[in-house]
Amino acid sequence: MQPYNSLIPGTQPERRHDAYRSTVLRNPRRPLIQIPQTLSEITGPLFGHNPIGEMDNDLTCHFAEEPQGQRIHLSGRVLDEDGRPVRNTLVEIWQANAAGRYHHPVDRHPAPLDPNFIGAGRAMTDDQGDYRFTTIRPGAYPWRNHDNAWRPAHIHFSLFGPSLLTRLITQMYFPGDPLFDFDPIFQSIPDEQARRRLISRFDLETTEPERALGFKFDIVLRGRHATPFEDVHQ
Amino acid sequence: MCINETMRMNDRKFIASASQTIGPYYGFALTTNPALGVLAHPGARGEPIQLVVRVLDGDGKAVSDSMLELWQADAGGKYRHPEDTEEREPDPALEGFGRLGTNAEGEAVFTTIKPGRVAGPGGALQSPHINVIVFARGILLHLYTRIYFAGDPANEGDPILALVPEERRPTLIAHPDRKQSGVWRFDIHLCGEHETAFFDL
Ligand SMILES: [Fe+3]
Repeated sequence: MQPYNSLIPGTQPERRHDAYRSTVLRNPRRPLIQIPQTLSEITGPLFGHNPIGEMDNDLTCHFAEEPQGQRIHLSGRVLDEDGRPVRNTLVEIWQANAAGRYHHPVDRHPAPLDPNFIGAGRAMTDDQGDYRFTTIRPGAYPWRNHDNAWRPAHIHFSLFGPSLLTRLITQMYFPGDPLFDFDPIFQSIPDEQARRRLISRFDLETTEPERALGFKFDIVLRGRHATPFEDVHQ
Repeated sequence: MCINETMRMNDRKFIASASQTIGPYYGFALTTNPALGVLAHPGARGEPIQLVVRVLDGDGKAVSDSMLELWQADAGGKYRHPEDTEEREPDPALEGFGRLGTNAEGEAVFTTIKPGRVAGPGGALQSPHINVIVFARGILLHLYTRIYFAGDPANEGDPILALVPEERRPTLIAHPDRKQSGVWRFDIHLCGEHETAFFDL
């Protein structure tokens, strides 16, 4: 059995990050229990053969009218820690509209809903590990974590990869956002490089003339030890 | 971290992307399909169960905006995955994967079967269990735990339960509902006095 790499300390968020208030009552205080990776963990749900609708990766085409906001082509590659493409894996995204409002009953932000935009999409990575979406750039939105708290504009990403251990839910940000320094969710990741890797980059090549700006966002899922290592934790 | 681990860190070309919270607004994207609460279709082999999983915060309050993912083997202990190399097809009536958001009471109800025993470290069999991932607003990096079943004689010898301090093992055990047969209940306490044992994987 070829175990998966451990996560590198500092490159993942602190579980309890007091500046993000909801972390306080929703995370374990006791140390996590180390267990060896077994068949239960190195297996996991595979979606390679699930049907994805042809338009599922275009969030702008589900209504007769165009959604409000700046249209973007968002693409990138899903790799493992050895740089190998992660093929045929499900990528799900969700986001606020251009005004910073989610299509969700709990969102009370008094910004307008866009009748032409839901904000949920799905794609499968191809043989090179590439995915692509067309959507709009979401707006920043306020939240009640602290006085005058605003989330930097972001798109939520969910990926599975080949095992339970590669499961990842993260957020993609946009370059140059003035809110980075004030956002405890972004700042919960101690390592600056690791934070920076969650920021997409503008890409002129995938920018479509007179239609959409291009952004690139690569995602790395946990990789495996180069050599099989029996019962690594024992 | 042992020396081998440090060496392997330097081997990596890339480093896994950082996790971020699912937030409170995932529902319209991730949990629109109630069919993901059904892991076992009619005709699935094994003991059918309704599994009521409840998520509570450190004050014992229901967490109504969490998302639970379940992953399990079929009644014969086979996962639907190429790395389960046992030469047998998994039960076609078992999905193995489930995903639901919790409701106002912090609960999600899954329809499934009690899984069989799968191989553990060194080839010893593990006791029947369902793997759980917990996501929620306030959880920046998802939490892994397991559901075992009260009264299963194999729990005694389970190699993973054995690594959990004895006084915390009960936090990993689901119990049958006293009134409704076939219904099992499992509470996840994210922190506090009854804090569930979560795994470092
Ligand atoms: Fe958000």
